[in-house]
Amino acid sequence: MIQTIAFYLFAVLVIASAVMVIMSRNPVHSVLWLILAFFNAAGLMVLVGAEFIAMLLVIVYVGAVAVLFLFVVMMLDIDFAELRAGFIKNFPLGIAIAAILLAELVLGIGAYRVGAIELGTPDGTSAPLLDRSNIESIGALLYRDYIFLFEAAGIILLVAMVGAIVLTHRKGPADARGQQDIAKQNRRRPEEATVMKQPGIGKGVEL
Amino acid sequence: MIGIEHYIVVSAILFVLGVLGIFLNRKNIIVILMAIELILLAVNINLVAFSAFLGDLVGQVFAMFVLTVAAGEAAIGLAILVIYFRGRGTIAVDDVDRLKG
Repeated sequence: MIQTIAFYLFAVLVIASAVMVIMSRNPVHSVLWLILAFFNAAGLMVLVGAEFIAMLLVIVYVGAVAVLFLFVVMMLDIDFAELRAGFIKNFPLGIAIAAILLAELVLGIGAYRVGAIELGTPDGTSAPLLDRSNIESIGALLYRDYIFLFEAAGIILLVAMVGAIVLTHRKGPADARGQQDIAKQNRRRPEEATVMKQPGIGKGVEL
Repeated sequence: MIGIEHYIVVSAILFVLGVLGIFLNRKNIIVILMAIELILLAVNINLVAFSAFLGDLVGQVFAMFVLTVAAGEAAIGLAILVIYFRGRGTIAVDDVDRLKG
């Protein structure tokens, strides 16, 4: 009973906040609604016992992605009223496409309910890891069966990070503090970078 | 009683709302990126729900990879947005033609 109430609460809130994300006039409000949507989606995932993914959603999305959005929205000084200009014009087309898409999805669900296609057995197809906790099972699966995919995910994140830095890094004057002078670094020879010292016992080194 | 169908319906509605958001906010790329995040969230809900339904944890592992790609995509997208704004002083994207040959 309590699960049913919680499910409907989370479901209604996630859909309502998704509506507000796309309808809100101010992008800052959109980001805040997006955060609410992610929290409620995390609640939906907790309800089915996927607590690790739920916490990951809160940490990664709310903690990183949504804050990144907020940063960018507030950093750029944009005339948002002008950006809303095509909203009314695009409304009928958008509603039509959304209605068609939803109809197709409902049709798919209805076809699924009839139940002809047998893709997998509902009682588990992979190794029975479910007697352990969710995080332990995911860890076992992730580090044993999917280790290469896991490393590929790490490489994707690394490339994304390097790409974002390369894209947004601003070239300043070469002698500015913190800027790299690659030619100067290449010219550097060992004899001017290091000195040999033979300090006497009990005496310090003069640099 | 809550079944898999309820989750699929919620996920379908979220997905459609994301697509609708892309169409409604054709000019505002920030909201477009947020709509893409909504779509990926819908996919994640679907994966997790089916993972619980089938008793197969691979769905949750896959949801993690979707999350990874979504985070990278948001970072790169916003970086492109920032340099685009630096060059043109606006982020109206309905008449972008810089890559036109």
